Amino acid sequence: MTTKAKAVAPKVAANTASETEELVFDRPESMVDRATHYCPGCHHGIAHRLVAELLDEMDLTKKTIAVSSIGCSVFLYNYIDVDTVEAPHGRAPAVATGVKRARGDKFVFTYQGDGDLASIGMAEIMHAANRGERLTVVFVNNTVYGMTGGQMAPTTLIGQKTTTCPGGRCKDREGSPIRMSEIIAQLGGVVFAARGSLDSVKNIRQAKKYLKKAFEVQEQGLGFSFVELLSGCPTNWRMTPLAANKRITEEMIPYFPLGVYRDSTADGTCGSLVAPAEGGK
Amino acid sequence: MSRIAVQEERCKGCLLCTTVCPVQIIQQSERINQNGYKVAEVPAASMDKCTGCTSCATICPDVAITVWRSKKPKKAA
Repeated sequence: MTTKAKAVAPKVAANTASETEELVFDRPESMVDRATHYCPGCHHGIAHRLVAELLDEMDLTKKTIAVSSIGCSVFLYNYIDVDTVEAPHGRAPAVATGVKRARGDKFVFTYQGDGDLASIGMAEIMHAANRGERLTVVFVNNTVYGMTGGQMAPTTLIGQKTTTCPGGRCKDREGSPIRMSEIIAQLGGVVFAARGSLDSVKNIRQAKKYLKKAFEVQEQGLGFSFVELLSGCPTNWRMTPLAANKRITEEMIPYFPLGVYRDSTADGTCGSLVAPAEGGK
Repeated sequence: MSRIAVQEERCKGCLLCTTVCPVQIIQQSERINQNGYKVAEVPAASMDKCTGCTSCATICPDVAITVWRSKKPKKAA
């Protein structure tokens, strides 16, 4: 009993940094203190936190307009305290194009899942990237349609069982999983494209660096930036959160290699590639 | 002393934090929160092993962990 009482004791002194200790990790200011609807072990919470931390660190919260997708992340506006537009399924890049062109001074990012971005929204993402819209796209890839109950997505791995491919995805029948970062990186208006993962502390820290770079690209008005985040869906993978993290490491990362696929910021050529989003204003 | 606090009403018992702790002091408790999850905890006896590395908080999907790190002693005792 005494152990229990002591274990709870630190909560009383919460949020008070004393002379002997300093607060090194707390909820970012722009992330609302509210329980999320995500399942235990879902990585959306981590992705939300990384975005919220960067908005705080880069002082963007007041000037941000987020465009959320359809999928589990549809309730983004409940968790990140910024103005949000809810786009029709897959159309977040198109809506964000309008937002950014109308309000070029705002920071605009879309937050999309793989069913949203790589399937129904394929046309919108490709053309927005090709036009070099000054947007940031946060693409959460968990290889499955999460919200609707685990159907096969374009990114579902070969052999992965879902409710619409119960025998496992077959290459001859359903084709191969789409590697979005590689495809996006080839398009003309893209300045930064990278793939990170949320399965380990090291990868999460690296993913935050990618996101920061992508946000900076937009802030500097260089063009389109894209960050893919490999994440887990324990519920629809029928796994425990720990097994799901292991699956990302062992199965997803070998097929979806991590790294930067396009970075045109250093060579200075990006200026001539981008569409005149603000110039036309 | 470095320490963490688990916001128990936010914890969903996914136990990802238990896998990343370098000193392995986080464990599942027997306490069940309002949502029915068995929450993560650090037994008070092991808290002094905490290094304040923030790994658990970094991987927590529900931002349920707050971390304090002890300041390096400036004055020699």
